[in-house]
Amino acid sequence: MKAYQRKLDIRNGCVDLSHGSGGRAMARLISGLFHEAFGNEWLARGNDQSAFDVPAGRMVMTTDGYVVSPLFFPGGNIGSLAVHGTVNDIAMAGARPLYLSASFIIEEGFRFSDLKAIAESMGEAARAAGVHIITGDTKVVERGKADGLFISTAGVGVVPDGLDLSAEKARVGDRVLISGTLGDHGVAIMSKRQNLAFETEIVSDSASLHDLVAKMVAAGGKGIRLMRDPTRGGLAATLNEVAQQSDLGFGLQEESIPVKPGVAAACELLGLDPLHVANEGKLVAVVAPEVADTVLAAMRAHPLGRDAADIGEAVADDHHFVQMATTFGGGRIVDWLSGEQLPRIC
Amino acid sequence: MKYADEFRDKEIALGLSKAIRAEAAPQRSYRFMEFCGGHTHAISRYGLEDMLPKNVRMIHGPGCPVCVLPAGRIDMAIRLAMRPDIILCVYGDLMRVPGSQGASLLKAKARGADIRMVYSTIDALGIAEENPAREVVFFAIGFETTTPPTAVMIRLAEKKQLSNFSVFCNHVLTPPAMQNILESPDIRNIGRVEIDGFVGPAHVSTIIGTAPYEFFAEEFGKPVVISGFEPLDMMQAILMLVRQVNEHRHEVENQYSRAVTRDGNLRAKEEVSDIFELRDQFEWRGLGQVPYSGLKLKLGYARYDAEVRFKMNELRVDDNPACECGAILRGVKKPVDCKLFGTVCTPETPMGSCMVSSEGACAAHWTYGRFRDHQQRRAS
Repeated sequence: MKAYQRKLDIRNGCVDLSHGSGGRAMARLISGLFHEAFGNEWLARGNDQSAFDVPAGRMVMTTDGYVVSPLFFPGGNIGSLAVHGTVNDIAMAGARPLYLSASFIIEEGFRFSDLKAIAESMGEAARAAGVHIITGDTKVVERGKADGLFISTAGVGVVPDGLDLSAEKARVGDRVLISGTLGDHGVAIMSKRQNLAFETEIVSDSASLHDLVAKMVAAGGKGIRLMRDPTRGGLAATLNEVAQQSDLGFGLQEESIPVKPGVAAACELLGLDPLHVANEGKLVAVVAPEVADTVLAAMRAHPLGRDAADIGEAVADDHHFVQMATTFGGGRIVDWLSGEQLPRIC
Repeated sequence: MKYADEFRDKEIALGLSKAIRAEAAPQRSYRFMEFCGGHTHAISRYGLEDMLPKNVRMIHGPGCPVCVLPAGRIDMAIRLAMRPDIILCVYGDLMRVPGSQGASLLKAKARGADIRMVYSTIDALGIAEENPAREVVFFAIGFETTTPPTAVMIRLAEKKQLSNFSVFCNHVLTPPAMQNILESPDIRNIGRVEIDGFVGPAHVSTIIGTAPYEFFAEEFGKPVVISGFEPLDMMQAILMLVRQVNEHRHEVENQYSRAVTRDGNLRAKEEVSDIFELRDQFEWRGLGQVPYSGLKLKLGYARYDAEVRFKMNELRVDDNPACECGAILRGVKKPVDCKLFGTVCTPETPMGSCMVSSEGACAAHWTYGRFRDHQQRRAS
């Protein structure tokens, strides 16, 4: 006789320690909530791991942790963010993302309804990106030991033949392209922080960039030297990192850098520099000058690259400075952010 | 961005830049101190130095309240915050300010102190209301601009009969510090302070007005131009200073007339003088003891004074002897003249006041301007 399985009370229930103990409760949580949201043939088999065929060629692998606070923010939640972030790390190699893993560390007392909403938006983001979440893990910790929910992911993807994006490929005279406005994600998160709440229409830019990347690769081929997604530390951190790795400097034009007026205003109010504020759906590409216009046109033709801009160039500089001509007419350095601007932004 | 971009217009800036170049006499030099960190930040962030002729030099003054807070006061706050009954509320930029032996509020928080970052004094009051069983202390810092909000908070605490709320008062005053820059006894050890004029504070002056600088301009024979924090404000103020110097005038002029009056904000001044009184002296990181430059709560408000309430002992910590902040704050030396600059002293590990916040002279130069040192070296 089949044992009676009580369904999860999604509307009123919450996670308790039994949901992480390996017993029936955990099985119910996994099948009733995660499998439902992620729905795919690999999870359905219920193995401790998932097997998949490996395509010929080069693969990339990445891992990432998500601790964002608050868990729900304008433009997304920790679930969609986890998929977008992992997909983007794969995409920055010019790769096509294939499979993800997701591991959940849940605090006792976390509401099923919130968990379901998060899992569903993960599933949705994965389907939209054409990737599958094929393996996962669930742990429950006592109240106060995790702030609601942490998610950690891994992802694999496959790189098109002959493509090898890397910082050391950048050359003097290369152009710096960004895919759109800066600082949207950071400002959206800040606007919802408990002791910081302010009203803004800015929503997070959290999005999967692999399709935009594919179009850029098709347009620029090997003329694309490297791509990065400027997340924590913003564009400033990303370009300083690339300058060090490529043994070059950068010269930027402030007036070419797109920033939404709402983001600029919030930064002004909070004393922040939009170039230091996190993005979750933007990329910066360093490309050979001869393909710059073609790649830029391809970016602008894509919905995620409508506001793409050429913001400067790579220059010879032993000190690896990222310099910028300000809109005002002077010059300055765009340095790394020192200290912590805002913890737990992603 | 409306109401901000108008004050950052490149064309007008170029016009002012041209006027300064035309009017600054080539045979002499002009050294102007901008007192406020907000001005220092604007100069660096917009690259104003590139728009001034070589003989007009800006000296970055001590007007950043975070920077000048001495290590001893940080140590006092850390000691207080380590008590299990205390919640210490601080502005975020205080978290990394170094105390003695590498201590900071950030590190104290990691070791278990309950330190909460707040964005306004009201947040601190809210925390006190939510935690009636704990003692909530607000770490009050700042110049004349931030003192009225602290005063209002004490009034509110009184009205709400909050018995678990107090203030660790570190409010300081601008005019005594400006005076100290020109006439402190330390100057004998530093060398001649050569400052031809001052760019006067923006926000501070909205509270205190322009009148308090009149004595200063008269007594020391130095022109003062009160300026807004936008880059065009600064350019215009610099031009006004150049003109005063050329015409041998030393007056208080008000460039920031859209916000500053001669008498300032009377209501705010009244609130402050009801609740606070002068300390005989207060220590400034980089400047040392400055007479009548700090505020404390009046006896009638002692129950809101954390120093009284928790019998906090005054702690004194000497600045690093190699640190040149005292000379840099007075324009006698430049950041690059300090042996510590960019070596052991960086924005990540600040040693002296000038490196502590992005508004300090050294941090601003490090963060925004250090490429110029290399340009100069290459040129020579």
